[in-house]
Amino acid sequence: MLQTLLPILIFAALAVGAAGAVRRTRLWRQGRRTPMRWHRLALMPKRYLNDLHHVVARDKAIAHTHVATAGGYVAAMALALVVHGFGWRNPILGGLLLAASLVMFMGTIAVNLRRVNPPAKLSKGPWQRLSKSLIAYSVGMFLVSLPLVGVAPTVLGGGVLAIVLAAVLVWGLLEMVVGMGWGGPMKHAFAGSFHLAFHRRPERFDDNHPDASPKKTHDVHRGSRSTALFPLDLTAKTLGVEKPADFQWEQLLGFDACVQCGRCQSVCPAYAAGQPLNPKKLIQDMVVGMAGGSDSRYAGSGYPGIEVGKHHGGPSDAIVPQLVEAQTLWACTTCRACVEECPMMIEHVDAIVDMRRFITLERGETPEKGAVAIDNLIATDNPGGLDNASRLDWAADLELPRIQDRPEGVDVLLWLGDGAFDMRNQRTLRSLVKILRAGDVDFAVLGEEERDSGDVARRLGDEATFQRLAERNIATLSHYRFARIVTADPHSFHVLGREYGAFGGDYVVKHHSTFIAELFDGGRISVTAPAQAESVTYHDPCYLGRYNGEFAAPRQVLAALGLEVAEMERSGYRSRCCGGGGGAALSDVPGRARIPDMRMEDVRETGATTVAVACPQCTAMLEGVVEPRPRIRDLAEMVADALVEPTAAMNATSAPSQSREEEPA
Amino acid sequence: MPQPEPQAAAGTPHDVKTAVLVSSGRHPVSGRAGRAREDARAVEMGLSLVGADLSLVHAGDPEQASLRECLEGYLGMYHGLDDDRDGQLSLLPLRAGEDALPLLAAWLERSGVRLALTGQRAECGEGSGMVGYLLAERLGWAIATGVAAIERCDAESVTVLQALPQGQRRRLEIRLPCLIAVDAVAEAPRQSAFGPARRGRIETVDDLLPADESRLDTGSADWQWQPARARPKRLKVVKSTNARDRFKAAAAKSSASGGQVLTDLSPEEAAEKLIDYLRAEKILAQDDQ
Repeated sequence: MLQTLLPILIFAALAVGAAGAVRRTRLWRQGRRTPMRWHRLALMPKRYLNDLHHVVARDKAIAHTHVATAGGYVAAMALALVVHGFGWRNPILGGLLLAASLVMFMGTIAVNLRRVNPPAKLSKGPWQRLSKSLIAYSVGMFLVSLPLVGVAPTVLGGGVLAIVLAAVLVWGLLEMVVGMGWGGPMKHAFAGSFHLAFHRRPERFDDNHPDASPKKTHDVHRGSRSTALFPLDLTAKTLGVEKPADFQWEQLLGFDACVQCGRCQSVCPAYAAGQPLNPKKLIQDMVVGMAGGSDSRYAGSGYPGIEVGKHHGGPSDAIVPQLVEAQTLWACTTCRACVEECPMMIEHVDAIVDMRRFITLERGETPEKGAVAIDNLIATDNPGGLDNASRLDWAADLELPRIQDRPEGVDVLLWLGDGAFDMRNQRTLRSLVKILRAGDVDFAVLGEEERDSGDVARRLGDEATFQRLAERNIATLSHYRFARIVTADPHSFHVLGREYGAFGGDYVVKHHSTFIAELFDGGRISVTAPAQAESVTYHDPCYLGRYNGEFAAPRQVLAALGLEVAEMERSGYRSRCCGGGGGAALSDVPGRARIPDMRMEDVRETGATTVAVACPQCTAMLEGVVEPRPRIRDLAEMVADALVEPTAAMNATSAPSQSREEEPA
Repeated sequence: MPQPEPQAAAGTPHDVKTAVLVSSGRHPVSGRAGRAREDARAVEMGLSLVGADLSLVHAGDPEQASLRECLEGYLGMYHGLDDDRDGQLSLLPLRAGEDALPLLAAWLERSGVRLALTGQRAECGEGSGMVGYLLAERLGWAIATGVAAIERCDAESVTVLQALPQGQRRRLEIRLPCLIAVDAVAEAPRQSAFGPARRGRIETVDDLLPADESRLDTGSADWQWQPARARPKRLKVVKSTNARDRFKAAAAKSSASGGQVLTDLSPEEAAEKLIDYLRAEKILAQDDQ
């Protein structure tokens, strides 16, 4: 009886599942269309086995579980199609099918163990059911395949047992095949495969990309750090994303690939601070908007302070505020921790900025201080509304060389950034100038011709002001000759280096930590050993680390200073944001805790008395934490204090590099 | 006087044709053209009164490079309203040596405007603060200056709150048509958004008046122009050790600090008071009997 039933069941499941898949595809294609590149489907297996697996493998146990379960399932399904579906009852194939089901079953056991007391980041509901369905499928497939190798009596083919077995298998097939097309938890496999193939940032999978990470270990980022925001066509009919259908279809597809694993939720600084943002819920809300309906069936953690089940959306309905509250979007610091952590390579930050663009450019509802900053940028080219001619006031006694006086060109153009107006950051800049002079670097500044890079305007969604600033800065820079730009501001570093390219500005931009590390490597500056041992930790700025992959240089600089870094638990690519990026310091969404306070707690756990920073924004946020707390010092300040003055160095030793080698590195 | 709560506009102000006279602003730090601060508040007041029915008018030199960007700043405020209509602005081209007054008056008359809002003083150009008064005189309209809020408006009249020093407000009932000059304490203007700014329509109206002698500003021809200098501020030395007094002194408008309203005095008493005041201010010497 089972022999006649099995092919019917398998083909019926496939047919119904395929019908659901067609419907699902239509949902994605509601988004803005882009030219279809079918050949990209061929890229999917490599992207799955290589790039996706490397993110999953940051948690070894989960990686092994998923390999066993998914690998077992794919093999068992393919073999079942041949053996049971087309009736090629080969004992060898039957044996393989049994083995595949067994492997899947073992993975399934691990899945179920994890689901006994699931961690808070996991979604329950259908995902809890999936763990049981996996057992049903693997056990059912194993038992119905036993007769193929002659182990089980053929009695299995009839009677009550057969009916029970068929029922178990039907449950498994409904979840694993039908559910894949009709939006059950298994849709992640279907949507995820297409998402990997048609990902909007193909560079992320390109290991041969010029800025791909050179080392291929498990936990480094693979492929390129494709982190520049996409330029917005300012002549489009509406600007930004108002309703789900305004997203590009690849974005909708990406949202649908979410497995609700909650890795984003556990790294999101805004979520941890009790601000009304949860990246996982946001992506699920986008799925709700795409498919239409309410968020009441969501079975995970919601936005802190906002009840689940009260919001609803549709593909052509405005997202804010019916589906997502504006506060949720403004709480994001654009730190990219969620994107970095997402095993499905979903681009949360792009989606948030797209929706912010609509709010700012069409609705004019940027949070108040953000709107003031934008108005100031329009009127004075800096977010503080200060006289741009006062950009060099802090350096009145330094006689900084102006690039206007150097028509022959200079080696380094020192980009000051808006920290030039901030008294705290002026200390950093003065230190940096001291280092450049000690290293005999040929540098100059733009002075009052420098404008804000446009970073904050862009993250607040004001693409128009960003593009205006970018075009003006690029026009200014085109008048002068320089080999590279050095800046102490990771936000300027990112925007000038990665985002101006789309507007015709291609520059070699270096963050000051990279440049100082090079000065050390070239033996151009030398430092004295610290008088007393100091315990130091280093806070990775998001726009330097996660956005641009520079984790090594700052640590190299600290090592050159003879300091040992006591790393925080969240450091490197997992560094926690200071709370100051993406205009979040301006929108200032209330929460339970302040993000910089949480970060300072991370610092305290290391026992460090000093936290080294490399970003004016991080400096400001962390110094805002009430005393007593560890000291906050920029790398440039630490190096400048330890510098051996060039004249002194020349008197002491003939070779300046020699003294450096004596340092404990 | 108890401070009345600013109320939302009641009644049906929509049948009162309302317009805002906007000028090109000058940023106090950078000198860049943009929305003028008081005019932007006037537009905010107009939008919250009649929504997208509000029309804008500007008389200026259409050849000026930054003009369009500056006017788009006002048009970008047409959002968050009941309907999605785009903003519209009538641009009255003004050639060198021409006076804006006759054009503005002719436009207001032709378009049937009964409530005109404006800032109190332009941020550049002559900046005389006289446009409102001269227009009202020419049209025979009422004028109220220093208005902080419009409380009510119907087809016949409008009730406004006029800002007085030290946060005081005076309620005025004004018969339409009238011209209202908005004070800097009125509701802050909404953000100017790029999308609505780009979609707003700027319509050039150049058939209002024949180009003849009457449009020329004969007075200004003989003027000598020089950049304005900030006037030195009189130092306010507050000797009090008490925070409340210092706060009051800081919050007071200089024009009214320490003032007194005296009513029902005989002429002799009034003269006595005035002489006392002048002595206190050391304008009359103590022995000057």
